[in-house]
Amino acid sequence: MRRITMLASVAAAGLLLSACGGGSAVEDANPSEATGSVGVFTWWADGSEKVGLDALVDIFAEQYPDLEFNNLAVAGGAGSQAKSVLAANLKSGNPPDSFQAHAGAELQDYIAADQLEDLSSFYEDAKLNEAFPQDLLDRLTVDGQIYSVPSNIHRANVVWANVDVLEKAGLDPEKPPADLDAWFADMDKIKESGTTPLAVAGTWTQVQLFENILLATLGAEGYNGLWDGTTDWAGADVTKAIENYKKALSYTNSDRDTLSDWGPATQLVEDGAAAYNVMGDWAEAKFSQDGKKPGEDYVYFPTPGTDGVFDFLADSFTLPKGAQNPDGSKAWLTTISSVDGQQAFNAAKGSIPARTDVPADKFGEYQKSAIEDFSTDTIVSSLAHGAAVPVAWLNELSTAVSKFGGPQDVAALQESAASIAEKFQQ
Amino acid sequence: MFKKVKTWGPALALISPTLILLAVFVYALIAENVRISMTNQHTARPSSDFVGLENYFRLFGDADFQHALRNLLLLTVVFLAGTLIFGFLWAWILERPAFGEGFFRSVYLFPMAVSFIASGVVWRWLLSSLQTDQSGGERTTGLNRLLDSVGLGFLQNSWWSDPNWGIAAIAVPAIWQLSGYVMALFLAGFRGIPEELREAARIDGCSEWKLYRHVIFPQLSPVMLSAVIIIGHMSLKLFDLIRAIVPDANTYDIQVPATMMWVKYIGSDYADSAAIGTIMLVLVALVVVPYLVYTSRQEKR
Repeated sequence: MRRITMLASVAAAGLLLSACGGGSAVEDANPSEATGSVGVFTWWADGSEKVGLDALVDIFAEQYPDLEFNNLAVAGGAGSQAKSVLAANLKSGNPPDSFQAHAGAELQDYIAADQLEDLSSFYEDAKLNEAFPQDLLDRLTVDGQIYSVPSNIHRANVVWANVDVLEKAGLDPEKPPADLDAWFADMDKIKESGTTPLAVAGTWTQVQLFENILLATLGAEGYNGLWDGTTDWAGADVTKAIENYKKALSYTNSDRDTLSDWGPATQLVEDGAAAYNVMGDWAEAKFSQDGKKPGEDYVYFPTPGTDGVFDFLADSFTLPKGAQNPDGSKAWLTTISSVDGQQAFNAAKGSIPARTDVPADKFGEYQKSAIEDFSTDTIVSSLAHGAAVPVAWLNELSTAVSKFGGPQDVAALQESAASIAEKFQQ
Repeated sequence: MFKKVKTWGPALALISPTLILLAVFVYALIAENVRISMTNQHTARPSSDFVGLENYFRLFGDADFQHALRNLLLLTVVFLAGTLIFGFLWAWILERPAFGEGFFRSVYLFPMAVSFIASGVVWRWLLSSLQTDQSGGERTTGLNRLLDSVGLGFLQNSWWSDPNWGIAAIAVPAIWQLSGYVMALFLAGFRGIPEELREAARIDGCSEWKLYRHVIFPQLSPVMLSAVIIIGHMSLKLFDLIRAIVPDANTYDIQVPATMMWVKYIGSDYADSAAIGTIMLVLVALVVVPYLVYTSRQEKR
């Protein structure tokens, strides 16, 4: 009974507020007056991610001394463990005050299930529309509304190369190939010199390679069109892209499926057992942790054919419907989107801020170049990391790409990719 | 009336908590699962329109699901054959009084004490697909390296990363882990055959082979049936070992219904996921129910 009275008074307050402000109770939640505890759900439980989260929590405690941060992190399985716990909590109507999710299409499941609050008004209040690049805002917007606040940005179209291996094959590490054909020609030379040209690991890294080749072959516009229906999956340029992918696979290590994750594939480049690895820029953290020097031991460049395009993925935070402490949620979202919060978190995690007005001097060499590219490049959404398509679409396409690895039947992959796209675009 | 209650009342009271728990947490959930499998809940968006058996028809017509079923059949056949052959062989060796029986019995049984997840991590490395004659072959590890170094290099293969026969490689660690268990079953079976029977057969002039063929094997058939049921239903449900060995859930080569159910579930395709779950339940029931019927008839006799 008490609960009902409370609910009624909250509803009445909401009505009052909306009468004067024209918004709902959640929209008018005021982070600066928030008290209590804020439960934040992440899969950042160890490594550089935990360090980043701790840095963020310190800033949060500074900005909102009245609020208590309640860490609801669930470890394991690159977030898959956490996602199933989260799904159960959301289904049973017991949401955290904010939860981590990949920005972009991965959120569509939550939006479809009506589990997220629209944050458009929060973006206006916090002036995020000016702070984030317009391209990024476009990628985050679903049906005119924005449902999450990105905390960090990663880039998925980066090639990492071993300097010694390139030099041994007579290539200049300072001059990356201009397009895919030039790259394939370089890889032929590396193959002749007796080293595996391209390292790749299990299915998701193959999907990431596939996405890079699609992007290089179709260009940013054509690539974006694959997800919104303006590019025909059955078209001749997609055939060309799949043929390029087939060619790229022919340069890869034959044990790709058995490598447990991206780490072992990047390790091959580090050890000189392979020349190139197409990997997101979290690889930078691995290289520097292992004491490798950029320019001396390894070089990096945008995947040939994708120069000027930033293939982004981001972690972002949400405001779930039915959150216990929406004021606190907004305080948390304010912290992670603030200049201080983005700087502290990203300097620790090795990613770059989503804001373009964060001073770059605290970041490493790679991050500085990425920050610059992010503010000038065309931004597209990563397929392999849930930014471009919902999870179900990604899963089916991943299986099709994995299936391609055996018989390498170009027509079959194109046909199934087209029918999967058709299924999800209706 | 009251007297009757007095006889079955306490018994009912005693088993009712279990009955209720079973009813709610097993049978009600099975019913709920079947209900979801007959809806069109293919995305996170709540929808529960009844579509009948449509999901089942679509799944059985789907090439990927057919591939998963074929994989399941292959896995089960190899897994069963392997554990039965090794289990019987070891039991047969240990059955005759030999030196160090207790020691070897423990050695063979030990793998069973390891969880699939733990052994799977090791087997992932052992079943690395790189071969010494391929590019980058100097990095070859695991079984392929072992085979090469003992001069059996021609036996190297890509293990589970093969779309047609890869799943059979998954059966290798499963056989390694459960042969000892089957051995224990057979050993118990052997011990249950009284020595007098053998003696009688020998006195009647039975050759050693005929003794096995006509005396021992018939006595072992109930044990064999139990082994087939136990291993068979484990194989039909096998999930953790595959997930531990194969890093990526979307890998096509080793897809079986259990892993496919997980992939569908993660993609919020609850209807298809539930339908696959129901199909697996039916498959397991096809194995287990006849066995239960058979044993209860045996007991009644």
